[in-house]
Amino acid sequence: MGTQTLSGSRRAYDRILRALLYLSALLTCALLLFIIGYIFIKGLPHVTWELLSTKPSYIKDSIGILPNIVNTVFIVAVTLVITLPLGVGAAVYLTEYAQNRRLVAAIEFATETLTGIPSIIFGLVGMLFFCNFLSLGKSLLAGALTLVIMTLPTIIRTTQESLKTVPQSYREGALGLGSGKWHMIRTIVLPASIDGIVTGCILAVGRIVGESAALLFTAGMGMTLNDLFTANGFLHSSGATLTVALYVYAKERAEFDVAFGIAAILMLLTLVINLAAKLVGRRLRQN
Amino acid sequence: MTDMDDLREDRQGSAVLSAQKLNLYYGAAHALKDVDIDIQEKRVTALIGPSGCGKSTFLKTLDRMNDLVPGVRIEGTVSYRGQDIYAPSVDVTWLRRQIGMVFQKPNPFPMSIYDNIAYGPRTHGIRNKSQLDDIVEQSLRGAAIWDEVKDRLKKSALGLSGGQQQRICIARALAVEPDVLLMDEATSALDPISTSKIEDLISDLKSRYTIVIVTHNMQQATRISDQCAFFLLGELIEYGNTTDLFSVPKDKRTEDYITGRFG
Repeated sequence: MGTQTLSGSRRAYDRILRALLYLSALLTCALLLFIIGYIFIKGLPHVTWELLSTKPSYIKDSIGILPNIVNTVFIVAVTLVITLPLGVGAAVYLTEYAQNRRLVAAIEFATETLTGIPSIIFGLVGMLFFCNFLSLGKSLLAGALTLVIMTLPTIIRTTQESLKTVPQSYREGALGLGSGKWHMIRTIVLPASIDGIVTGCILAVGRIVGESAALLFTAGMGMTLNDLFTANGFLHSSGATLTVALYVYAKERAEFDVAFGIAAILMLLTLVINLAAKLVGRRLRQN
Repeated sequence: MTDMDDLREDRQGSAVLSAQKLNLYYGAAHALKDVDIDIQEKRVTALIGPSGCGKSTFLKTLDRMNDLVPGVRIEGTVSYRGQDIYAPSVDVTWLRRQIGMVFQKPNPFPMSIYDNIAYGPRTHGIRNKSQLDDIVEQSLRGAAIWDEVKDRLKKSALGLSGGQQQRICIARALAVEPDVLLMDEATSALDPISTSKIEDLISDLKSRYTIVIVTHNMQQATRISDQCAFFLLGELIEYGNTTDLFSVPKDKRTEDYITGRFG
């Protein structure tokens, strides 16, 4: 047995495979860099202070995306505020409390299926239920509620996966010291799974910021600055988020420069939100 | 009842924990069969027997950690200082505060050494900083690890060695001022030096606590225990003074086990 050296054909095989792996890695990175670079080159020159700080005006014949930025931040915030406690709560119930294993398996299967449904279907359901049945009309709130349903499965799944990685011995240790079940979950299990919850948040934010189809039906395409801090404004303002605005400017108004500008801002915004989520996660873990 | 008569002759304290006609089933499996035992106060009681004999299961019935296992059914009574611990009125968190548990594998929480020790007291409502500082120091001293960790209390407990982690877990159990300390093969995952440190510690602790240990190691049982209980296939075969049990076992099966004929 030649244990010292590899045979020639084996070595060649090894080299070819390694080259293929490098090639695919290189291609993926190149593609990603190309997209980012292309969007920044086409978009960033059109990102002006005026674009960022004004609303569109037919009189001055100018375009501004301040309302869309506000709408996006509002929708992200409202959706997360609802979906996070709901999703984390559901995940905690399913992994820590639920006794009926078969029911849990059925719910897990259902949430998994929900993550794969095209967003336009959520949009349709959101329009029929929130806009028409609950008479919220086309509003940011209806949009946010639709996105809650859309992101809930993601939050539940990622939280559940990370709860399952918390060693059983931590739970036994806490219970053995006379800790109650909820106290044990709050002080040991949730802090130990904060990474997974943050990941779920990042994925959810990505989905919210990137969503257009579901919001076209539910939040509408308003381009004016909404007064979101009054009850009426909070409940009934309709408005386009950045992604919807991108669609409107590119598809209906042929303003491609603005569309690329928005795309560049969207990428920066996602980056900032993700970094913030990571930072919050790290801070929470340290405490 | 000769075992029990022997027991009464040399008993120093009274029974802290006692089981009567205790039967435990995991689904259809009959894991404990008619166990009758009195655990003496401020003594070290060792539970020995081959794997799967029910000694760990029995230990866990004493602080109701078996409640966590689905499909467990328990018959008979276990009482702690006269109180039936499986009575519906018993607060399990109260019980587990009186009866602390140290597990086979060291399981410090993923937090600082200080927070690990302070976890129990905080759980039971102690918030005062200087009071917590005192408890942490006393508990770490009690577990003979204060000198090794006093300069790194704010560092993660996961950075310690296995033997240190286990002593942290003992300190964490001591911090809630338990009455009884249960140890489930607490040294089986450790090296010989750490093991001997923990054995010394157990001998120190028995002046203040009632200790029940499960061990696979018969030398360990003879070294540190006062009373010894031999389990086989879910039955308590023999229970008595450790020296007597190892020198003049009454039951043939005990003799076979301690002389190494099976195990």
